[in-house]
Amino acid sequence: MTAILEFDDVVKSYGSGTTEVRALRGITLAVAPGEFVAVMGPSGCGKSTLLHLAGALETPSAGTIRVDGRELAALDAAGRSELRRRDVGYVFQRLNLIPALTAIENVMLPLELEGEPARTARARAIEALEAMGLHEQLDRYPDDFSGGQQQRIAIARAVVGERQLLLADEPTGSLDTASGDEVIELIAALPPRHGTAVVLVTHEPRFASWADRVVFLRDGRIVDETPAIAAATR
Amino acid sequence: MSVREGLLALLADGPRNGHQLKVEFEAVTGGVWPLNVGQVYTTLDRLTRDGLVMRARPNGESDTNDKRFELTAEGREELAGWWQLVPANDPPPRDELMLKVLFATTLGRSHALKVITEQRTALLAQLQAHRRAPRTAPDDSAAAAMVRDALIVRAEADLRWLDLCEARLDAPRKGRSR
Repeated sequence: MTAILEFDDVVKSYGSGTTEVRALRGITLAVAPGEFVAVMGPSGCGKSTLLHLAGALETPSAGTIRVDGRELAALDAAGRSELRRRDVGYVFQRLNLIPALTAIENVMLPLELEGEPARTARARAIEALEAMGLHEQLDRYPDDFSGGQQQRIAIARAVVGERQLLLADEPTGSLDTASGDEVIELIAALPPRHGTAVVLVTHEPRFASWADRVVFLRDGRIVDETPAIAAATR
Repeated sequence: MSVREGLLALLADGPRNGHQLKVEFEAVTGGVWPLNVGQVYTTLDRLTRDGLVMRARPNGESDTNDKRFELTAEGREELAGWWQLVPANDPPPRDELMLKVLFATTLGRSHALKVITEQRTALLAQLQAHRRAPRTAPDDSAAAAMVRDALIVRAEADLRWLDLCEARLDAPRKGRSR
């Protein structure tokens, strides 16, 4: 089976000469469709850089990254934007919802940007929000929701439109433990229910343990990983 | 704790025979501590010898057909003392993981990091297994769930400690003092 996300000997450096900092030093990683992979490691190990590269938010200094078989380096700016709109969802620690839009309008936004009619976009947004356990008051604004609920709206927005890959960068970082558990449980349900592959960056073992596979980074390199858990035993 | 304290705790709820004690002991401990009846009766013999339990006397008189045991006043006192005793990490706390990592540091940073990484990966795999346990046993007891919670929280604590060890090994390299 073709990997949905592939890193082949990827290097990422910032600066040059004596000030060069190598954030990633030869990362090779493949994430299968519908697989949930957690990435752990100490601060500054390159976890977030890895996620930025996967989401085409940054470009690698060397090596190849493919999403669903497409090499990211071959995409122009428009192609990268389209990839982020259609194929890859991103969830951050900060709750990046648009405050002037209601919950449902936030989730409809990527669909409408793709030209989907408002009626079907609304229906799909409701479906995505319900999958996140949000059934009521969807016409209220983000500030009317708790932190955990806002993060669930952000995840619904990140996966709406059957995107194949969700990249989550410390999505529980601003939540209390109980809300964080709820959010991770909902993220963990995406691969088996919808076939979405998930790459989760976290420093919390309790959240990483939901993943099928945990990859450990240190000093920009993968130093170890847990054996992959077969889909049948998830 | 030993089987002895467990039996005293169960008998505080009223007289029980050896088989009842075995079944209840295993249920209370969430299935992580299986007992055989022989162990139960051996312990009851010792508790009787020490004056902490005796044959049940429901009407104030002994009945040879009644196979149940009950606490004596001394037994209740012993049990009360056990409830109040705080589990102590008597120095030195000889924790296997801790000692392994401490010895690993004597062979240099690189070896210590290798050992920490291997232990961390194994602990995370255990945590993944604990996390999945509820999905395969939806009707398990509160005791079993509490045992699972304990295993998860302890694995998390060990993982956190390994993170701290790694940070301490990195501290001199990065010019920090801790």
